[in-house]
Amino acid sequence: MTTITPDLIATHQLTEQEYDKIVGILGREPSYTELGIFSVMWSEHCSYKSSRLHLKKLPTRGKLVVQGPGENAGIIDIGGGYVAAFKIESHNHPSFIEPFQGAATGVGGILRDIFTMGARPIAVMDALRFGPLDDPGNGARNRRIVEGVVSGIAHYGNCFGVPTVGGECVFESCYNGNPLVNVFALGVAKKDEIFYAKAAGIGNPVIYVGAKTGKDGIHGASMASAEFTEESKQKRPNVQVGDPFLEKLLLEACLEAMHTGAIVGIQDMGAAGLTCSTCEMGSRGGTGIEIELDLVPQRETGMTSYEIMLSESQERMLLVAENGREEEVFHVFKKWGLDAVTVGQVTGDGLLRVRQHGEIVAEIPNQPLADSAPLYDRPHTQPLRRAPMEAPEFESQDLTRDLEMLLASADVCSKRWIWQQYDYQVRTNTVAGPGADAAILRVKETGESLAMSLDGNPRYCYLSPREGAKLIVAECCRNLAVVGAEPVGATNNLNFGNPERPEIMAQLVEAIEGIAEACRHFETPITGGNVSLYNETLGEGIWPTPVVGIVGLMKTGAAVVTHFREPGRAVMLIGGTDECEPVRFGGTQYAKVILEQLWGLPPALDMDYEKRVQAAMRAIARAGLAESAHDLSDGGFAVALAECSFGPDSVGACVYVDEEGSLPIALFHEGPSRILISTSEPRQAQQIANEHGVDAMQIGVTIKDRLQIINHGKVLIDGQISTLKRAWEGALERMLHA
Amino acid sequence: MRFGVVVFPGSNCDHDAWYAVRENLGQEADFIWHDSDRLGNVDAVILPGGFSYGDYLRCGAIAKFSPVMQAVKKFAGDGGLVLGICNGFQILVEAGLLPGALVRNAGLKFVCREVRLRTETTDSPFTAAAQKGQILRVPIAHGEGCYVADDRTLDELEAEDRVVFRYEDNPNGSERDIAGILNRQRNVMGMMPHPERASDPLMGSADGIVVFQSMVSAFAHA
Repeated sequence: MTTITPDLIATHQLTEQEYDKIVGILGREPSYTELGIFSVMWSEHCSYKSSRLHLKKLPTRGKLVVQGPGENAGIIDIGGGYVAAFKIESHNHPSFIEPFQGAATGVGGILRDIFTMGARPIAVMDALRFGPLDDPGNGARNRRIVEGVVSGIAHYGNCFGVPTVGGECVFESCYNGNPLVNVFALGVAKKDEIFYAKAAGIGNPVIYVGAKTGKDGIHGASMASAEFTEESKQKRPNVQVGDPFLEKLLLEACLEAMHTGAIVGIQDMGAAGLTCSTCEMGSRGGTGIEIELDLVPQRETGMTSYEIMLSESQERMLLVAENGREEEVFHVFKKWGLDAVTVGQVTGDGLLRVRQHGEIVAEIPNQPLADSAPLYDRPHTQPLRRAPMEAPEFESQDLTRDLEMLLASADVCSKRWIWQQYDYQVRTNTVAGPGADAAILRVKETGESLAMSLDGNPRYCYLSPREGAKLIVAECCRNLAVVGAEPVGATNNLNFGNPERPEIMAQLVEAIEGIAEACRHFETPITGGNVSLYNETLGEGIWPTPVVGIVGLMKTGAAVVTHFREPGRAVMLIGGTDECEPVRFGGTQYAKVILEQLWGLPPALDMDYEKRVQAAMRAIARAGLAESAHDLSDGGFAVALAECSFGPDSVGACVYVDEEGSLPIALFHEGPSRILISTSEPRQAQQIANEHGVDAMQIGVTIKDRLQIINHGKVLIDGQISTLKRAWEGALERMLHA
Repeated sequence: MRFGVVVFPGSNCDHDAWYAVRENLGQEADFIWHDSDRLGNVDAVILPGGFSYGDYLRCGAIAKFSPVMQAVKKFAGDGGLVLGICNGFQILVEAGLLPGALVRNAGLKFVCREVRLRTETTDSPFTAAAQKGQILRVPIAHGEGCYVADDRTLDELEAEDRVVFRYEDNPNGSERDIAGILNRQRNVMGMMPHPERASDPLMGSADGIVVFQSMVSAFAHA
């Protein structure tokens, strides 16, 4: 029997007060196994103890929301008797320690969250953050992490058979010791065949299915709830190893077993494995669960109850079946060659009771264990920022050269090297895939389509977490509008540093409030998500990195593409040419790449105007007037125009601006609410825009092979499409193999 | 015409092939479970893409021992049409129904993208409806699609007009740009690109459907 000492409590990352609370709940000292169980359930990762108070500020209701936060995934109604289940999850800490398996199991974890709900996953997107590839001290390691993470995602998603349809990837020094891997997954289910993670029906069998339990991943959840130190490298064994083939079998077997009608509730074993799945299902069902560990399929002999309960071995599920119908479930799992074993039953006493070798090794009330985790109102002051407010003096020597440098910079350049390693077409639903503003998936079952967008911007959020968060939501919705989709639901992943530091906590609070305000405005309720804190290594935290994924609905049809298709078309700017104050220029890619500085505030956002621009764009797209459309974001007007020119047919543009002030600002500011389209019907497009109270003017025409920007007769930018495209397309590969 | 789509536990393009046959081609399609040693009443067999039994070993190395493959071998031996796509091609090679081998891509990475295929022969039940030299835009998605064989085999394939498709822009290092080949009897074809993904204009190209159309007309004239 292990004695519980203050040291042992501290190594479990529990405070004295938390320990006292445990003793209060149990009415006695916990056993070693019980201490382990509490420590993972009350870890930041599982309990959201620092963020829960503020997450309540997020809007979660909407007319299409079927399931909001609190389940394995959120669910929205997509019509025709079908729903979409989606959520985003992070696997940041493991991906730093072991990039390939860390990222792979990140994909595996979120996929299980989706099919646990009865939905077949049909798409995945990733938000990735790495340290700079040319970082003097960390470049080699960063490059290795990129290679590992990307091939890990490819390995898992490709084999499982879910298309990875897009995402985004940003490089900043703050991610040197803390790369981020956020995976956004979406699945489709029949509305009347949704499954929930609830243990109901006293006497019903609790069945364990999937992979055997090993010693891998023990304390993964706690690891994800602490800063990294030099010793963290020794935590490599905490990272699990993924088996996408097994996950594919688990998917098919679960969906087939669900069809038998014999399953009452089901939950995947993710973070905190068997512990989390048992007590959460019991807590949601208001029941108790009793399990016998001797019955749990194990990879090796001699595992202790502590190890079995805390293992995070992958590709496992726990389900509750209807009493007497176990055989139907076993039959399906046998067909797919998987273990399925009754390990316990649902009880009426509300306790999680764990037995091993004939003894009770843990007995804890489910409800307080799952739901009464400590809740902290952590002090928060002013968000941390070490950037000046004042803009420096600057001017450009050569705007064409600036554009080329921006196009070849890490954040802006083509991410083809990444997404070409992903199967983005399997299941033949991908109408628009990686490289597009938004991904589009047709839903064969309903005849309609879903659009997905994923965004984040750490520079904006560092300068102002609140404004940055709003801009992210706005851009996500704008990306959907560009392809004609109506945003209907959102999920978010909040990646931050140590919440025990008030200036970091302030970043988190402001970002949540910003997301809440914008999601209310754009009518995109948050149906679930994830919080990843303690993203710090050796005391250096990441910049605030909220990532937002939004799902939209649209009619099925040929996608509005990003690139110009024909010469001689009108190029229009929907949303008009806004002024940008120099103070609002400091978070742009131009400031980062060309000036190597960071200052001021993110671009100004008028959410009312933004919403009207999006409505106008949707109307233009739906009227079939946009031959191409692309929103202005990283790198501003000139970069967007160049990206529009990188289609297969080398169609560029000659456009005219009317600028008296700073030219770099005019061409490269990142003011939102702007979309470039090409059209053969400029007057009709303009009329629709004006009806929405939105400026829209023709600024030029598409031409073959060149990109030209002219101001009052003076050529500001003049480049060959082929030259610019080469700079943009091969940049990432050149940086990786430098 | 009734197509049978084989389902290994790790197949993940089985539904795509089934959908293309039913919805884009307008023919019948059944699934055939890997454990079955009978194919049922089908007129042609498709071995779809995916990761048959996980393929952690050599791709298709385990699949060749499956009960369904014994049935497929017999079906092919009796002259039945067998199309192996991607993982299906790998399995046909492992099973000895086609010569050569498929190894890691020259770039050592999984590649998913559209390629341009040149139709090298129309003297086959899989390409009779195409034009010789016709360029088809069809996607690939594989990590081990580099076709290799000894020179004698390659010469033989060429001499017997059994190279069906070549890459215009070789994406994986395949010898002599080979993307798809026939067996000597010309009733079994394996190809790495995915014609079922290019059977609907909504997916960006419908060039691949000609493979299935050819099979339908070959069957009708058989």
